[in-house]
Amino acid sequence: MKYLKNIGKYFIMLGQVFRRPQKRAIFRENLFKEIEELGLKSIGIVAFISFFVGGVVAIQTALNVDSPLIPRSLIGFATKRSIILEFAPTFMSVILAGKVGSYITSSIGTMRVTEQIDALEVMGVNSLNHLVLPKVIAAVSFYPFIVLLAMILGIVGGWVSGFATGLFSSDEYITGIREDFKVYLIQYSLIKTMVFAFMIATIPSFYGFYVKGGSLEVGKASTKAVVWTSIVIIVLNYFLTQMLLG
Amino acid sequence: MIEVTDLHKSFGDNHVLKGVTANFKKGDTSMIIGTSGSGKTVFLKCLLGLFEPDNGDICYDGRHYSKMTLKERRELRKEMGMVFQSGALFDSATIENNIMFPLKMFTNHSEEEMLDRVNFVLQRVNLENINNKYPAEISGGMQKRVAIARAIVMKPKYLFCDEPNSGLDPKTAIVIDNLIQEITDEYQIITIINSHDMNSVMEIGEKIIFLKDGLKAWEGSHLNIFKTDNKAVTDFVYSSNLFKKVREVYNKG
Repeated sequence: MKYLKNIGKYFIMLGQVFRRPQKRAIFRENLFKEIEELGLKSIGIVAFISFFVGGVVAIQTALNVDSPLIPRSLIGFATKRSIILEFAPTFMSVILAGKVGSYITSSIGTMRVTEQIDALEVMGVNSLNHLVLPKVIAAVSFYPFIVLLAMILGIVGGWVSGFATGLFSSDEYITGIREDFKVYLIQYSLIKTMVFAFMIATIPSFYGFYVKGGSLEVGKASTKAVVWTSIVIIVLNYFLTQMLLG
Repeated sequence: MIEVTDLHKSFGDNHVLKGVTANFKKGDTSMIIGTSGSGKTVFLKCLLGLFEPDNGDICYDGRHYSKMTLKERRELRKEMGMVFQSGALFDSATIENNIMFPLKMFTNHSEEEMLDRVNFVLQRVNLENINNKYPAEISGGMQKRVAIARAIVMKPKYLFCDEPNSGLDPKTAIVIDNLIQEITDEYQIITIINSHDMNSVMEIGEKIIFLKDGLKAWEGSHLNIFKTDNKAVTDFVYSSNLFKKVREVYNKG
Protein backbone atom coordinates (compact mmCIF):
# COMPACT_ATOMS: atom_id res chain seq x y z
CA MET A 1 0.00 0.00 0.00
CA LYS A 2 2.85 2.37 0.95
CA TYR A 3 4.56 1.68 -2.38
CA LEU A 4 1.38 2.43 -4.32
CA LYS A 5 0.96 5.66 -2.36
CA ASN A 6 4.54 6.66 -3.18
CA ILE A 7 4.07 5.89 -6.88
CA GLY A 8 0.97 8.11 -6.91
CA LYS A 9 2.86 10.86 -5.08
CA TYR A 10 5.72 10.55 -7.58
CA PHE A 11 3.37 11.15 -10.53
CA ILE A 12 1.71 14.09 -8.74
CA MET A 13 5.21 15.49 -8.23
CA LEU A 14 5.92 15.15 -11.97
CA GLY A 15 2.74 17.14 -12.64
CA GLN A 16 4.22 20.05 -10.67
CA VAL A 17 7.69 19.63 -12.19
CA PHE A 18 6.54 19.85 -15.80
CA ARG A 19 5.13 23.37 -15.71
CA ARG A 20 6.35 26.38 -17.63
CA PRO A 21 9.29 27.91 -15.71
CA GLN A 22 8.27 31.09 -13.87
CA LYS A 23 11.31 33.03 -15.14
CA ARG A 24 13.19 31.83 -18.20
CA ALA A 25 16.46 33.58 -17.32
CA ILE A 26 16.62 31.86 -13.93
CA PHE A 27 15.70 28.51 -15.49
CA ARG A 28 18.51 28.90 -18.06
CA GLU A 29 20.98 29.78 -15.32
CA ASN A 30 19.92 26.73 -13.28
CA LEU A 31 20.06 24.50 -16.35
CA PHE A 32 23.69 25.38 -17.09
CA LYS A 33 24.56 24.90 -13.41
CA GLU A 34 22.96 21.44 -13.45
CA ILE A 35 24.67 20.46 -16.71
CA GLU A 36 27.93 21.22 -14.94
CA GLU A 37 26.98 19.45 -11.69
CA LEU A 38 25.26 16.38 -13.13
CA GLY A 39 27.05 16.10 -16.46
CA LEU A 40 30.48 17.67 -16.73
CA LYS A 41 31.51 16.60 -13.24
CA SER A 42 30.64 12.98 -14.10
CA ILE A 43 32.84 12.79 -17.18
CA GLY A 44 36.00 11.89 -15.23
CA ILE A 45 34.57 8.84 -13.48
CA VAL A 46 32.73 7.70 -16.64
CA ALA A 47 35.91 8.00 -18.74
CA PHE A 48 38.02 6.14 -16.17
CA ILE A 49 35.59 3.24 -15.71
CA SER A 50 34.74 2.91 -19.43
CA PHE A 51 38.37 2.72 -20.48
CA PHE A 52 39.27 -0.03 -18.02
CA VAL A 53 36.07 -2.04 -18.35
CA GLY A 54 36.50 -1.96 -22.16
CA GLY A 55 40.00 -3.35 -21.64
CA VAL A 56 38.77 -6.08 -19.30
CA VAL A 57 35.94 -7.13 -21.66
CA ALA A 58 38.45 -7.44 -24.54
CA ILE A 59 40.92 -9.45 -22.42
CA GLN A 60 38.18 -11.76 -21.07
CA THR A 61 36.87 -12.38 -24.60
CA ALA A 62 40.39 -13.01 -25.95
CA LEU A 63 41.11 -15.52 -23.16
CA ASN A 64 37.89 -17.40 -23.87
CA VAL A 65 38.25 -17.51 -27.65
CA ASP A 66 40.88 -20.23 -28.07
CA SER A 67 39.27 -22.35 -30.79
CA PRO A 68 40.99 -22.03 -34.19
CA LEU A 69 37.52 -22.24 -35.79
CA ILE A 70 36.48 -18.91 -34.26
CA PRO A 71 37.91 -15.84 -36.00
CA ARG A 72 40.05 -13.53 -33.79
CA SER A 73 38.01 -10.58 -35.01
CA LEU A 74 35.27 -11.82 -32.66
CA ILE A 75 37.19 -10.17 -29.79
CA GLY A 76 36.63 -6.69 -31.22
CA PHE A 77 33.10 -7.56 -32.31
CA ALA A 78 32.06 -8.91 -28.89
CA THR A 79 33.69 -6.01 -27.06
CA LYS A 80 31.90 -3.48 -29.28
CA ARG A 81 28.51 -5.16 -28.91
CA SER A 82 28.68 -5.61 -25.15
CA ILE A 83 29.84 -2.03 -24.64
CA ILE A 84 27.26 -0.45 -26.97
CA LEU A 85 24.31 -2.61 -25.93
CA GLU A 86 24.72 -2.91 -22.19
CA PHE A 87 27.84 -1.55 -20.59
CA ALA A 88 27.64 2.08 -21.75
CA PRO A 89 23.90 2.70 -21.32
CA THR A 90 22.96 0.43 -18.42
CA PHE A 91 26.09 -0.07 -16.35
CA MET A 92 27.01 3.61 -16.66
CA SER A 93 23.47 4.65 -15.69
CA VAL A 94 23.65 2.52 -12.54
CA ILE A 95 27.00 4.17 -11.69
CA LEU A 96 25.50 7.62 -12.34
CA ALA A 97 22.47 6.69 -10.23
CA GLY A 98 24.89 6.22 -7.34
CA LYS A 99 27.00 9.30 -7.95
CA VAL A 100 24.40 11.78 -9.18
CA GLY A 101 21.39 10.27 -7.37
CA SER A 102 22.94 10.67 -3.93
CA TYR A 103 23.97 14.24 -4.81
CA ILE A 104 20.42 15.14 -5.92
CA THR A 105 18.70 13.60 -2.88
CA SER A 106 21.12 15.09 -0.38
CA SER A 107 21.07 18.58 -1.91
CA ILE A 108 17.26 18.76 -2.18
CA GLY A 109 16.80 16.93 1.14
CA THR A 110 19.09 19.37 2.95
CA MET A 111 17.12 22.25 1.46
CA ARG A 112 13.95 20.62 2.78
CA VAL A 113 15.15 20.06 6.36
CA THR A 114 16.71 23.54 6.59
CA GLU A 115 13.41 25.12 5.43
CA GLN A 116 14.95 26.50 2.21
CA ILE A 117 12.18 24.82 0.19
CA ASP A 118 9.56 26.39 2.48
CA ALA A 119 11.29 29.73 1.87
CA LEU A 120 10.89 29.23 -1.89
CA GLU A 121 7.23 28.28 -1.52
CA VAL A 122 6.51 31.29 0.70
CA MET A 123 8.00 33.55 -1.98
CA GLY A 124 5.48 32.11 -4.45
CA VAL A 125 7.99 29.93 -6.31
CA ASN A 126 6.93 26.51 -7.64
CA SER A 127 9.80 24.80 -5.83
CA LEU A 128 9.46 21.48 -7.67
CA ASN A 129 9.59 23.17 -11.04
CA HIS A 130 12.45 25.43 -9.93
CA LEU A 131 14.59 22.66 -8.42
CA VAL A 132 13.78 19.53 -10.39
CA LEU A 133 13.02 20.58 -14.00
CA PRO A 134 16.57 21.87 -14.72
CA LYS A 135 17.96 18.58 -13.38
CA VAL A 136 15.67 16.51 -15.61
CA ILE A 137 16.44 18.53 -18.74
CA ALA A 138 20.19 18.55 -17.95
CA ALA A 139 20.30 14.78 -17.40
CA VAL A 140 18.11 13.80 -20.36
CA SER A 141 19.96 16.07 -22.79
CA PHE A 142 23.52 15.53 -21.56
CA TYR A 143 23.71 11.84 -20.58
CA PRO A 144 23.46 10.57 -24.19
CA PHE A 145 26.77 12.42 -24.83
CA ILE A 146 28.31 10.86 -21.74
CA VAL A 147 27.18 7.42 -22.90
CA LEU A 148 28.60 8.06 -26.40
CA LEU A 149 31.88 8.97 -24.72
CA ALA A 150 31.69 5.78 -22.63
CA MET A 151 31.19 3.75 -25.83
CA ILE A 152 34.20 5.32 -27.54
CA LEU A 153 36.48 5.05 -24.53
CA GLY A 154 35.36 1.48 -23.81
CA ILE A 155 36.23 0.42 -27.35
CA VAL A 156 39.55 2.31 -27.20
CA GLY A 157 40.26 0.64 -23.83
CA GLY A 158 39.77 -2.77 -25.46
CA TRP A 159 42.10 -1.83 -28.30
CA VAL A 160 44.82 -0.59 -25.88
CA SER A 161 44.56 -3.79 -23.84
CA GLY A 162 45.54 -5.72 -26.98
CA PHE A 163 48.85 -3.85 -27.10
CA ALA A 164 49.39 -4.16 -23.39
CA THR A 165 48.82 -7.91 -23.19
CA GLY A 166 49.70 -9.07 -26.70
CA LEU A 167 46.58 -11.28 -26.68
CA PHE A 168 45.32 -9.96 -30.04
CA SER A 169 46.55 -7.69 -32.79
CA SER A 170 45.29 -4.22 -33.64
CA ASP A 171 44.12 -5.39 -37.10
CA GLU A 172 42.10 -8.28 -35.66
CA TYR A 173 40.42 -5.95 -33.15
CA ILE A 174 39.63 -3.20 -35.67
CA THR A 175 38.21 -5.74 -38.13
CA GLY A 176 35.87 -6.92 -35.36
CA ILE A 177 34.80 -3.36 -34.55
CA ARG A 178 33.89 -2.71 -38.22
CA GLU A 179 32.04 -6.00 -38.63
CA ASP A 180 28.23 -5.86 -38.84
CA PHE A 181 28.07 -2.28 -37.59
CA LYS A 182 24.41 -1.32 -36.99
CA VAL A 183 23.55 2.31 -36.30
CA TYR A 184 20.20 1.24 -34.83
CA LEU A 185 22.00 -0.37 -31.90
CA ILE A 186 23.48 3.00 -30.98
CA GLN A 187 20.05 4.61 -31.31
CA TYR A 188 18.58 1.88 -29.09
CA SER A 189 21.30 2.54 -26.56
CA LEU A 190 20.72 6.30 -26.55
CA ILE A 191 16.94 5.88 -26.19
CA LYS A 192 17.57 3.67 -23.15
CA THR A 193 19.99 6.25 -21.76
CA MET A 194 17.43 9.05 -22.02
CA VAL A 195 14.84 6.98 -20.15
CA PHE A 196 17.39 6.08 -17.46
CA ALA A 197 18.51 9.71 -17.21
CA PHE A 198 14.92 10.72 -16.53
CA MET A 199 14.79 8.21 -13.69
CA ILE A 200 18.19 9.30 -12.33
CA ALA A 201 16.93 12.89 -12.09
CA THR A 202 13.37 12.30 -10.85
CA ILE A 203 13.53 9.42 -8.36
CA PRO A 204 16.28 10.97 -6.17
CA SER A 205 14.49 14.34 -6.42
CA PHE A 206 11.33 12.65 -5.11
CA TYR A 207 13.17 11.16 -2.12
CA GLY A 208 14.92 14.45 -1.38
CA PHE A 209 11.84 16.64 -1.74
CA TYR A 210 9.62 14.61 0.58
CA VAL A 211 12.20 13.80 3.26
CA LYS A 212 11.15 14.56 6.86
CA GLY A 213 13.43 14.94 9.82
CA GLY A 214 17.10 15.85 9.96
CA SER A 215 20.48 14.97 8.51
CA LEU A 216 20.15 11.27 9.41
CA GLU A 217 16.90 11.03 7.42
CA VAL A 218 18.55 12.81 4.48
CA GLY A 219 21.30 10.16 4.53
CA LYS A 220 18.73 7.36 4.66
CA ALA A 221 16.74 8.97 1.84
CA SER A 222 19.90 9.16 -0.31
CA THR A 223 20.51 5.43 0.16
CA LYS A 224 16.89 4.59 -0.64
CA ALA A 225 16.99 6.83 -3.72
CA VAL A 226 20.11 5.11 -5.11
CA VAL A 227 18.69 1.62 -4.44
CA TRP A 228 15.31 2.38 -6.04
CA THR A 229 16.80 4.19 -9.02
CA SER A 230 19.10 1.23 -9.69
CA ILE A 231 16.19 -1.23 -9.39
CA VAL A 232 14.01 0.83 -11.74
CA ILE A 233 16.86 1.09 -14.27
CA ILE A 234 17.42 -2.67 -14.26
CA VAL A 235 13.70 -3.45 -14.62
CA LEU A 236 13.17 -0.83 -17.33
CA ASN A 237 16.25 -2.14 -19.13
CA TYR A 238 14.54 -5.51 -19.43
CA PHE A 239 11.31 -4.05 -20.85
CA LEU A 240 13.05 -1.58 -23.17
CA THR A 241 15.24 -4.33 -24.58
CA GLN A 242 12.17 -6.47 -25.19
CA MET A 243 10.35 -3.56 -26.82
CA LEU A 244 13.17 -2.17 -28.96
CA LEU A 245 15.08 -5.32 -29.92
CA GLY A 246 12.62 -8.14 -29.33
CA MET B 1 -6.30 42.78 7.77
CA ILE B 2 -5.94 39.03 8.24
CA GLU B 3 -9.05 37.36 9.64
CA VAL B 4 -8.75 33.77 10.82
CA THR B 5 -12.00 31.96 11.54
CA ASP B 6 -12.35 28.61 13.31
CA LEU B 7 -9.10 27.17 11.97
CA HIS B 8 -8.63 23.41 12.30
CA LYS B 9 -5.64 21.30 11.30
CA SER B 10 -4.90 17.64 12.02
CA PHE B 11 -2.05 15.32 11.17
CA GLY B 12 -3.49 11.81 11.24
CA ASP B 13 -5.06 11.40 14.69
CA ASN B 14 -3.23 14.42 16.07
CA HIS B 15 -5.69 17.33 16.12
CA VAL B 16 -3.21 20.23 16.37
CA LEU B 17 -5.43 23.27 15.79
CA LYS B 18 -8.91 22.92 17.25
CA GLY B 19 -10.70 26.04 16.05
CA VAL B 20 -8.54 29.16 16.33
CA THR B 21 -10.15 32.51 15.58
CA ALA B 22 -8.08 35.72 15.45
CA ASN B 23 -7.70 39.05 13.64
CA PHE B 24 -4.48 40.85 12.77
CA LYS B 25 -4.44 44.54 11.89
CA LYS B 26 -2.19 46.62 9.67
CA GLY B 27 0.68 48.29 11.55
CA ASP B 28 0.43 45.88 14.52
CA THR B 29 3.16 43.56 15.70
CA SER B 30 1.23 40.51 16.85
CA MET B 31 2.80 37.66 18.75
CA ILE B 32 1.65 34.07 18.93
CA ILE B 33 2.95 32.54 22.13
CA GLY B 34 2.54 29.21 23.86
CA THR B 35 4.45 26.19 25.05
CA SER B 36 6.10 23.77 22.63
CA GLY B 37 3.47 21.65 20.90
CA SER B 38 0.69 24.20 21.41
CA GLY B 39 0.24 24.62 17.64
CA LYS B 40 2.07 27.93 17.07
CA THR B 41 4.18 26.78 14.12
CA VAL B 42 1.27 24.90 12.50
CA PHE B 43 -0.87 28.06 12.88
CA LEU B 44 1.83 30.18 11.25
CA LYS B 45 2.35 27.65 8.43
CA CYS B 46 -1.41 27.68 7.77
CA LEU B 47 -1.28 31.48 7.50
CA LEU B 48 1.64 31.15 5.07
CA GLY B 49 -0.22 28.58 2.99
CA LEU B 50 2.39 25.90 3.65
CA PHE B 51 -0.29 23.77 5.35
CA GLU B 52 -3.81 23.42 4.01
CA PRO B 53 -6.33 23.91 6.85
CA ASP B 54 -8.82 21.06 7.33
CA ASN B 55 -11.56 23.47 8.27
CA GLY B 56 -12.10 27.17 8.82
CA ASP B 57 -11.07 30.15 6.76
CA ILE B 58 -8.27 32.68 6.43
CA CYS B 59 -9.10 35.98 4.78
CA TYR B 60 -6.31 38.30 3.59
CA ASP B 61 -7.70 41.78 3.02
CA GLY B 62 -10.97 40.37 1.76
CA ARG B 63 -9.46 37.45 -0.19
CA HIS B 64 -10.55 34.05 1.11
CA TYR B 65 -7.69 31.54 0.96
CA SER B 66 -9.99 28.52 0.69
CA LYS B 67 -11.58 29.95 -2.47
CA MET B 68 -8.33 30.78 -4.26
CA THR B 69 -6.86 28.82 -7.17
CA LEU B 70 -3.27 27.54 -6.96
CA LYS B 71 -2.13 30.45 -9.14
CA GLU B 72 -3.94 33.02 -6.97
CA ARG B 73 -2.35 31.49 -3.88
CA ARG B 74 1.12 31.83 -5.44
CA GLU B 75 0.33 35.45 -6.28
CA LEU B 76 -0.78 36.04 -2.68
CA ARG B 77 2.48 34.61 -1.39
CA LYS B 78 4.39 37.28 -3.29
CA GLU B 79 2.82 39.72 -0.81
CA MET B 80 4.25 37.75 2.11
CA GLY B 81 7.67 37.90 3.72
CA MET B 82 8.86 35.21 6.07
CA VAL B 83 11.74 35.05 8.53
CA PHE B 84 12.34 31.41 9.35
CA GLN B 85 13.68 30.17 12.68
CA SER B 86 16.82 28.90 10.98
CA GLY B 87 17.03 31.87 8.61
CA ALA B 88 16.56 29.44 5.67
CA LEU B 89 19.05 31.35 3.53
CA PHE B 90 20.10 29.55 0.35
CA ASP B 91 23.50 28.28 1.42
CA SER B 92 24.87 27.91 -2.11
CA ALA B 93 24.19 31.58 -2.93
CA THR B 94 25.89 34.76 -1.74
CA ILE B 95 24.06 37.18 0.56
CA GLU B 96 23.47 39.47 -2.42
CA ASN B 97 21.96 36.65 -4.50
CA ASN B 98 19.86 35.46 -1.57
CA ILE B 99 18.21 38.85 -1.25
CA MET B 100 18.08 39.47 -4.98
CA PHE B 101 16.41 36.13 -5.74
CA PRO B 102 12.75 37.22 -5.34
CA LEU B 103 13.48 40.37 -7.36
CA LYS B 104 15.03 38.31 -10.17
CA MET B 105 12.15 35.85 -10.05
CA PHE B 106 9.21 38.22 -9.97
CA THR B 107 10.25 41.61 -11.31
CA ASN B 108 11.66 42.94 -14.55
CA HIS B 109 14.04 45.41 -12.89
CA SER B 110 17.47 45.96 -14.37
CA GLU B 111 20.50 44.46 -12.61
CA GLU B 112 21.40 47.95 -11.36
CA GLU B 113 17.95 48.62 -9.91
CA MET B 114 17.94 45.25 -8.18
CA LEU B 115 21.37 45.88 -6.71
CA ASP B 116 20.24 49.28 -5.42
CA ARG B 117 17.25 47.66 -3.72
CA VAL B 118 19.46 44.92 -2.21
CA ASN B 119 21.88 47.51 -0.82
CA PHE B 120 18.97 49.57 0.50
CA VAL B 121 17.43 46.68 2.46
CA LEU B 122 20.86 45.60 3.71
CA GLN B 123 21.44 49.10 5.03
CA ARG B 124 17.95 49.04 6.53
CA VAL B 125 18.91 46.02 8.64
CA ASN B 126 22.24 47.67 9.48
CA LEU B 127 24.45 45.42 7.38
CA GLU B 128 27.04 46.57 4.89
CA ASN B 129 29.89 45.07 2.85
CA ILE B 130 28.70 41.49 3.13
CA ASN B 131 27.21 41.22 -0.38
CA ASN B 132 29.69 38.63 -1.58
CA LYS B 133 29.84 36.52 1.55
CA TYR B 134 28.04 33.19 1.89
CA PRO B 135 25.57 32.52 4.75
CA ALA B 136 28.03 30.15 6.43
CA GLU B 137 30.58 32.98 6.61
CA ILE B 138 28.45 35.32 8.77
CA SER B 139 27.19 35.10 12.38
CA GLY B 140 23.73 33.82 13.43
CA GLY B 141 22.55 37.35 14.24
CA MET B 142 23.67 38.60 10.84
CA GLN B 143 21.92 35.65 9.17
CA LYS B 144 18.67 36.64 10.89
CA ARG B 145 19.10 40.22 9.68
CA VAL B 146 19.78 38.99 6.13
CA ALA B 147 16.62 36.86 6.40
CA ILE B 148 14.68 39.99 7.41
CA ALA B 149 16.23 41.89 4.49
CA ARG B 150 15.18 39.12 2.08
CA ALA B 151 11.69 39.08 3.60
CA ILE B 152 11.15 42.82 3.04
CA VAL B 153 12.90 43.20 -0.31
CA MET B 154 9.62 42.75 -2.23
CA LYS B 155 7.82 45.27 0.04
CA PRO B 156 5.44 42.68 1.52
CA LYS B 157 2.04 43.42 3.02
CA TYR B 158 2.39 40.62 5.54
CA LEU B 159 5.52 39.72 7.49
CA PHE B 160 5.74 36.42 9.38
CA CYS B 161 8.53 35.48 11.76
CA ASP B 162 9.04 32.07 13.32
CA GLU B 163 11.01 32.47 16.55
CA PRO B 164 13.31 35.12 15.11
CA ASN B 165 15.36 35.29 18.32
CA SER B 166 16.09 31.62 18.84
CA GLY B 167 19.79 30.94 19.26
CA LEU B 168 20.68 34.61 19.68
CA ASP B 169 22.24 36.36 22.67
CA PRO B 170 19.88 38.75 24.56
CA LYS B 171 21.50 41.89 23.16
CA THR B 172 21.23 40.76 19.52
CA ALA B 173 17.70 39.48 20.21
CA ILE B 174 16.62 42.98 21.26
CA VAL B 175 18.20 44.44 18.11
CA ILE B 176 16.20 41.98 15.96
CA ASP B 177 12.97 42.69 17.90
CA ASN B 178 13.36 46.43 17.50
CA LEU B 179 14.19 46.06 13.83
CA ILE B 180 11.01 44.05 13.20
CA GLN B 181 8.91 46.61 15.06
CA GLU B 182 10.49 49.54 13.21
CA ILE B 183 9.87 47.86 9.85
CA THR B 184 6.24 47.13 10.80
CA ASP B 185 5.65 50.79 11.75
CA GLU B 186 7.56 52.16 8.78
CA TYR B 187 5.87 50.09 6.08
CA GLN B 188 2.51 49.75 7.89
CA ILE B 189 2.42 46.01 7.35
CA ILE B 190 0.85 43.17 9.30
CA THR B 191 3.54 41.39 11.30
CA ILE B 192 2.91 38.09 13.06
CA ILE B 193 5.67 36.59 15.20
CA ASN B 194 5.81 33.13 16.71
CA SER B 195 7.76 33.15 19.93
CA HIS B 196 8.14 31.77 23.39
CA ASP B 197 10.68 34.38 24.36
CA MET B 198 9.05 36.52 27.07
CA ASN B 199 11.63 39.27 26.60
CA SER B 200 10.43 39.71 23.01
CA VAL B 201 6.82 39.60 24.13
CA MET B 202 7.48 42.44 26.59
CA GLU B 203 9.52 44.38 24.04
CA ILE B 204 7.22 44.37 21.02
CA GLY B 205 4.04 42.40 21.79
CA GLU B 206 1.40 44.99 20.88
CA LYS B 207 -1.04 42.14 20.47
CA ILE B 208 -0.53 38.73 22.04
CA ILE B 209 -2.39 35.52 21.32
CA PHE B 210 -1.71 32.66 23.70
CA LEU B 211 -2.27 29.19 22.27
CA LYS B 212 -2.76 26.13 24.45
CA ASP B 213 -3.46 22.65 23.08
CA GLY B 214 -4.51 24.06 19.71
CA LEU B 215 -6.95 26.61 21.10
CA LYS B 216 -6.72 30.34 21.75
CA ALA B 217 -6.53 30.47 25.55
CA TRP B 218 -5.98 34.22 25.94
CA GLU B 219 -5.65 37.42 23.93
CA GLY B 220 -4.25 40.75 25.10
CA SER B 221 -1.13 42.90 24.97
CA HIS B 222 2.20 43.21 26.76
CA LEU B 223 0.59 45.86 28.91
CA ASN B 224 -1.91 43.50 30.50
CA ILE B 225 -0.23 40.09 30.33
CA PHE B 226 1.00 40.45 33.93
CA LYS B 227 -2.45 41.42 35.15
CA THR B 228 -4.30 38.40 33.79
CA ASP B 229 -5.42 35.62 36.11
CA ASN B 230 -5.66 33.11 33.24
CA LYS B 231 -3.86 30.11 34.72
CA ALA B 232 -2.42 28.87 31.42
CA VAL B 233 -0.85 32.28 30.77
CA THR B 234 0.47 32.77 34.31
CA ASP B 235 1.98 29.25 34.30
CA PHE B 236 3.73 30.11 31.02
CA VAL B 237 4.89 33.59 32.01
CA TYR B 238 6.08 32.74 35.50
CA SER B 239 7.90 29.60 34.49
CA SER B 240 10.84 32.01 34.14
CA ASN B 241 12.62 32.79 37.43
CA LEU B 242 13.26 36.33 36.23
CA PHE B 243 9.56 37.06 35.85
CA LYS B 244 8.81 35.37 39.21
CA LYS B 245 11.17 37.86 40.84
CA VAL B 246 9.59 40.73 38.88
CA ARG B 247 6.18 39.68 40.21
CA GLU B 248 7.49 39.49 43.78
CA VAL B 249 8.95 42.99 43.51
CA TYR B 250 5.75 44.25 41.86
CA ASN B 251 3.55 42.74 44.59
CA LYS B 252 5.72 44.27 47.34
CA GLY B 253 5.06 47.62 45.67
